[in-house]
Amino acid sequence: MNTTLCNAVGTALVAIGLAASGAASAQAQSKLSGNAIRIGVLTDLSGLYSDISGQGSVAAAQMAVDDFIAANKPGYKIDVIAADHQNKPDVGSGKAREWYDTQGVDLIVDVVNSGVGLAAAKVAGEKKKLMINTGAGSTRITNEDCNPYSIHWAYDTYALAAVAGRAIVQGGGKSWYFLTADYAFGQSLEQDTTGIIKTNGGTVLGSVRHPLNASDFSSFLLQAQASKAQVIGLANAGGDTINSIKAANEFGLTKSQSLAGLLVFISDVHSLGLNVAQGMQLTDGWYWDLNEDTRKFGRRYFEKMKKMPGMVQAGTYSATLAYLNAVKAAGSDEADAVTAAMRKTRYNDFYLRNGHLRDDNRMVHDMYLMQVKKPAESKYPWDYYHVKATVPGDEAFQPMAASRCPMVKKT
Amino acid sequence: MASTGNRPARDFGLGLLALAVFGAIAPWIGLYPVFVMKALCFAMFACAFNLLLGFTGLLSFGHAAFFAAAGYAAGYALKVWGWSTLAGLGFAVVCAGMLGLVVGALAIRRQGIYFAMVTLALAQMVFFVFLQSRFTGGEDGLQGIPRGDLLGLIDLSNDLNLYFVILGVFLATLAGCYRIVHSPYGQVLKAIRENEPRALSLGYRVDRYKLLAFVLSATLCGVAGACEAIVFQLASLTNVEFVISGDVLLMTLVGGVGTLLGPVVGSFVLVAMESYLAQFGSWVTIIQGSIFLICVMAFRAGIVGEVIKFLQRRDDRSKARMAEGALPSST
Repeated sequence: MNTTLCNAVGTALVAIGLAASGAASAQAQSKLSGNAIRIGVLTDLSGLYSDISGQGSVAAAQMAVDDFIAANKPGYKIDVIAADHQNKPDVGSGKAREWYDTQGVDLIVDVVNSGVGLAAAKVAGEKKKLMINTGAGSTRITNEDCNPYSIHWAYDTYALAAVAGRAIVQGGGKSWYFLTADYAFGQSLEQDTTGIIKTNGGTVLGSVRHPLNASDFSSFLLQAQASKAQVIGLANAGGDTINSIKAANEFGLTKSQSLAGLLVFISDVHSLGLNVAQGMQLTDGWYWDLNEDTRKFGRRYFEKMKKMPGMVQAGTYSATLAYLNAVKAAGSDEADAVTAAMRKTRYNDFYLRNGHLRDDNRMVHDMYLMQVKKPAESKYPWDYYHVKATVPGDEAFQPMAASRCPMVKKT
Repeated sequence: MASTGNRPARDFGLGLLALAVFGAIAPWIGLYPVFVMKALCFAMFACAFNLLLGFTGLLSFGHAAFFAAAGYAAGYALKVWGWSTLAGLGFAVVCAGMLGLVVGALAIRRQGIYFAMVTLALAQMVFFVFLQSRFTGGEDGLQGIPRGDLLGLIDLSNDLNLYFVILGVFLATLAGCYRIVHSPYGQVLKAIRENEPRALSLGYRVDRYKLLAFVLSATLCGVAGACEAIVFQLASLTNVEFVISGDVLLMTLVGGVGTLLGPVVGSFVLVAMESYLAQFGSWVTIIQGSIFLICVMAFRAGIVGEVIKFLQRRDDRSKARMAEGALPSST
């Protein structure tokens, strides 16, 4: 009698224990909404920034997902979807809203174009879902317009100014004139660079603003020429930078004045050719030919895209993988938990050197001052840069003390 | 017999009821509220445009200016001045109406293609102003517009709450259009559309009627534009581009110009195409172009126009049959 009773009680206890553990594991799993992670790459697939991000970013995010699955064999599904925001803030924020609301998207990455990036970040903040911006540059993302759900990963306009801008002023380029793309990114870049120029004893003679994706730079360049400034700062990016550098060469501006491309990507150098681009100093967050790890990633990407990745595409890989690892560490895809897990991590991988996520959601990591090689110095395809200096993250990025982010001031 | 006189009123009432019912259940049959809100905003826009093209016979190529101006005005009032949503909406509608008065007063002095060109030119000027002004945010647009609440009672940041408010505004706008079209004033507009010199010879001050029609149309565009800005919390340059003036024309033509429900159907068709075909990228414009061609070649009266024609033919046939049956007794 007793033994059967004991057995029965024992069985019941085991059953309860099993049920409880079953419930616990179900709970752990149910923390992932829909038991799946979906990553949306919101980018420019057709316009002037499609070379620096575009399909390459989509491929990079997919690579990160594949690598994570191969390494961790997670019990949940992970997939990547992509959309073209056409460089329009309304299209981009509309897409972000739709993705978060109806597609079960947990993370949006890339979001090149600061105007679109800022508009989409507002949606992320409102929906309390994560966005990691690896494409846009405006410092507003982590300052005036910061929110807890929008993270800025690869670079920003302050870093561009603080690395290459400072190097050019210290190298003797004291008087500047800006050719600025007339939207959030260009304005940020001009403002941040102006600050760096002034603190280093230089002067800014003026600026002319051109529309995004301008077709004809002649009148703007003539104004820049008439200013007689030593340096013409190009506060634009992608197709606009390529076109303005080409036009400046055709007009012969480069004989008397020097051009400073404040944001030049390796794909831009590839398009321009070393003959045109040689000698130019620029800021980069990553270069495929830095070391064995970066070369390994570069070659894998090259196999897929037939181009070498730039800092945005590799940054999209880095951010996607960091996100997936943080989800694993947090055991949840809830944005606050994931961000907290990211903040605890010190990053040192093929992309981020001495990286950490600051309280203003700025990913701080080492940046590089590059100089474009002369054609004779380039030994193999895509061998474009001399690494002139490695700038520690704390010097390259805006110090926290100067932050204009209300989120930071509260704490 | 009396029922034939009220036929349009009854049909329109039924149509409005059907729209209201469809609108009320739409979020529960898998339609994404934000998508339906966008379609409703464009439906209001197209109805306002149709008031001018369909009922007065004036083709404007510059309606995007009113749509966008209202969006910026509402956005600025809500975001910078911190006005309540209704006050912002009212302000935006007044702004659009005033702009309509200025543009209309200049444009109605010319007719036909010249009228269209004047509206286009003025709309492009408005585009330039919005591009260059600091208050619009230029290329970035006016971002982060708060949705606010309705009289402090209903929180509009909830998509579903806002959805029903927009649906209400839409139904009211549509009913307003019906009222305008079927008023004595609307009859005069139709007379002007059919034969302007004759209306003039009958003693109507045609220019005043046309100007009022233009201002009314611009005002209703303002309702649409302000709602759109509140839904998306963004007013951007996209809305003031010429493409939008073209889109609204396309919506009206596909749905059925000169019918009250046509623009509604047309805008749903076009907005759905834009959303669901978005992955084809630049192909969307090619598909849109083909649909436009098919529409113009095959069914010129538009979707709703063809349905009305079909119903009328059936009506006429049954009336003819009734007349035949009644013939022996009446003679």
